[in-house]
Amino acid sequence: MPEQQDFGAALAPRRSGSQRTVGMLPDPPLLHLLLPKWLTARSRAASGEKGRGARIAVLAVTGFLFWAFVFGVLYRLLTYFRGVQEIGQLLAGKLLGLILLGFTSILLLSNVITALSSFFLAKDLDMLVAGPVDWLRLYGAKLLETVVASSWMVLLVSVPMFTAYGMVYDGGWFFPLVVIALMLPLFVIPAVVGSAVTLALVNIFPARRTRDILSVIAVMTAGGIVLLFRLIRPEQLARPEGFRSLVDFIAVLRTPTSPLLPSEWVQKATMGYLNGEPDWLAMYLLWTTAAAAIVLGALLHRWLYLDGFSKAQESAQQFVRGGGRLARFGDWALKPLGTLRRELVLKELRLFFRDTTQWSQLILLAVLVVVYVFNIKYLPLRGEGITFFLVNVVPFLNLVLAGFVLASIAARFIFPGVSLEGRTLWLLRSSPMRVRDLLWAKFWVGTTPLLILAVAIVGVTDYMLQVTDFMFYVSVITITLMTFALSGLAIGFGTMFPQFETENAAQIPTSFGGLLYMMASVAVIGGVVILEARPVYSYLSAKAFGTVADPTELVLGFGAAALLCIGATIVPINIALNRLEAVER
Amino acid sequence: MIEILKLTKQYGDFTAVDAIDLVVPRGELFGFLGPNGAGKTTTLRMIAGILKPTGGTIRVAGVDMRADPITAKSKLGFIPDRPFIYEKLTGSEFLRFVAGLYDQRGDEVEHRARELLALFDLEEWRDELVESYSHGMRQKLIISSAFVHRPEVIVVDEPMVGLDPKAARILKDLFREYTNRGHTIIFSTHTLEVAESLCDRLAIIVNGRIKAYGTMVELRRDLEGGERGLEEIFLRLTGENAARNLMDVLDA
Repeated sequence: MPEQQDFGAALAPRRSGSQRTVGMLPDPPLLHLLLPKWLTARSRAASGEKGRGARIAVLAVTGFLFWAFVFGVLYRLLTYFRGVQEIGQLLAGKLLGLILLGFTSILLLSNVITALSSFFLAKDLDMLVAGPVDWLRLYGAKLLETVVASSWMVLLVSVPMFTAYGMVYDGGWFFPLVVIALMLPLFVIPAVVGSAVTLALVNIFPARRTRDILSVIAVMTAGGIVLLFRLIRPEQLARPEGFRSLVDFIAVLRTPTSPLLPSEWVQKATMGYLNGEPDWLAMYLLWTTAAAAIVLGALLHRWLYLDGFSKAQESAQQFVRGGGRLARFGDWALKPLGTLRRELVLKELRLFFRDTTQWSQLILLAVLVVVYVFNIKYLPLRGEGITFFLVNVVPFLNLVLAGFVLASIAARFIFPGVSLEGRTLWLLRSSPMRVRDLLWAKFWVGTTPLLILAVAIVGVTDYMLQVTDFMFYVSVITITLMTFALSGLAIGFGTMFPQFETENAAQIPTSFGGLLYMMASVAVIGGVVILEARPVYSYLSAKAFGTVADPTELVLGFGAAALLCIGATIVPINIALNRLEAVER
Repeated sequence: MIEILKLTKQYGDFTAVDAIDLVVPRGELFGFLGPNGAGKTTTLRMIAGILKPTGGTIRVAGVDMRADPITAKSKLGFIPDRPFIYEKLTGSEFLRFVAGLYDQRGDEVEHRARELLALFDLEEWRDELVESYSHGMRQKLIISSAFVHRPEVIVVDEPMVGLDPKAARILKDLFREYTNRGHTIIFSTHTLEVAESLCDRLAIIVNGRIKAYGTMVELRRDLEGGERGLEEIFLRLTGENAARNLMDVLDA
């Protein structure tokens, strides 16, 4: 027996001279609560992750191009506005007001969703709520976290926008400080309101159900905004015949879009400063509203948070009765696949359709397709100056755009497939299942709906454009082969650059592998179009001039494109097979 | 039933498992013990075919894992220490899915799944998504999944973690009964009382090497342990001095 130790002295009360004065409660400061986030960010920045340098470089270039684009467009527009007598300044103000209103809506929506994670679902909450942390500090730390997580994107977009305003209207060196002073409360107010809305929702529904409801609402709202914006056809507003008189127009411009919203105050204060007439009331309203919102938000937090947090621990009861008609049909329809493949396919389908965050994105997809078809429908392809060539080249270019749409969908839904198996890989790897079967199921479950969508998009748009039979068949066959290639690449790159630790499927395509996948997809789409351009051109020329196209050129061009697609399907999947075989987890 | 020869696993310069030999015959309940980081999980995951050995051979039911992994795995069930499973499947769907991986389906599988869920008091939860299960319930579901296809060999990493006393008792009885029927089970555990009372034979692994191997009687004899229990033998092999400086630590 090991010698019995005497713990009496060891477990005796702390000797004098310890750090804390007897009687005082521990009170970790707000910054201490944020320390893990800061340290995590710092170590992530310092980590030598594979491909990080390249990713940063690509992101930097993309970001710079985006900034340059936003700045360029706004700069030209504002310079034009500045030259217009009377209404130029009003137009610039109105435009700013509309953009800021858009920002506020996005911020509000994004804050509601982010607050759910930071206040109720974050992994550090158990420790913080169980620790001697003052409620106000917890509120402050989590609110700050929410503001940062939900506002950075808007912040990035607003940089080139305000730069353009500042340069066109000679804002001077002091202008950036004014913008910071104006934008800070604009970020804080939606964060407080969003957190309060989430707090109320969590007190009504369990957290998981709230997350489901919110994700559907968010996606539907985003989709609705895009659809509405497209369907009102804003390009028509630019027509001068749309306005009855200049006086009417100025009256409309002078009316504030939403006088009670912080975005309007920011707009008034910005334009006031740029015009040399500072609007102190707007600035005052912004800061007092932000301060009042924080106080009210904190009080609401004190009143409701612990109840809500406790409720957030309860899981939503979700009974799923098997044996429904749909399940029986699925069983019957998939029977020819055999037991293993049938179970793998059913698993993929169940996991997808039971995860609100996954299927809700189909709504956005539907919106994207409607907007796409709508744009094609209103292309001005009839009338003077529209040649036979143009009508037939548009469906060809349509293939490129459809290819990009399909690549984005594959990046979102097929690319993360293997990564999402990370935590359950132990089960698949210890079973006698062949890796080939798993990839087979992932490929077909992803490719089949993608293919239906691809053929539908191209078929419908070709019908609208009234293309020739030749172009119709070329388009449909090309998009079919291209869909297989894009799916194969998605499976391949998704397996070569897996993100096994990421739980959120939506984040996976934004990884370095996702970026490489998109670049490879663009290369394949471009390659196919370039290879097919020559035979299509020679066929159309022959058709237009009544001659016969060279069959060798047709066979070579289309054959090479088909080979490229087949290669892009098979090679990545084979690489993925070998990679997945070698994964050790 | 499980034969391991010179099994080695290296991660760069670090040797996690160092040329171990082990034979677990048919019908035996074998305990695999060792301190944290000794190489238990690595060894078990290699036997389950999840990790590839750097060297050595593993034969499961006479089948070489390297030469014919699919056949070897078809004779095997694995229970990991961390119960990660598909959150959006129900308990019964998960069991059906696992049986499907072993190409089994039909009334017999359904019957077995129902019986296993009932055994672990999960019957009422069978149609509920796994995401609403507690840690212990997930563990029970994973344990059920390892039995649903009736494998010849079951490899278990820390089976008792998260289980309530009733489920722990059921599991012990299940292990015993399963091996009595001619199947083989190898499991790792830190609960030495369980290992001592349940296992036919034991191995203690330290720093990737097997330090002791045999029945309790053989271990006591080899280590000149007299009437010592497994805890004393374990501490002696793994460094009982670990607790020597408790006073200093607590006084610090």
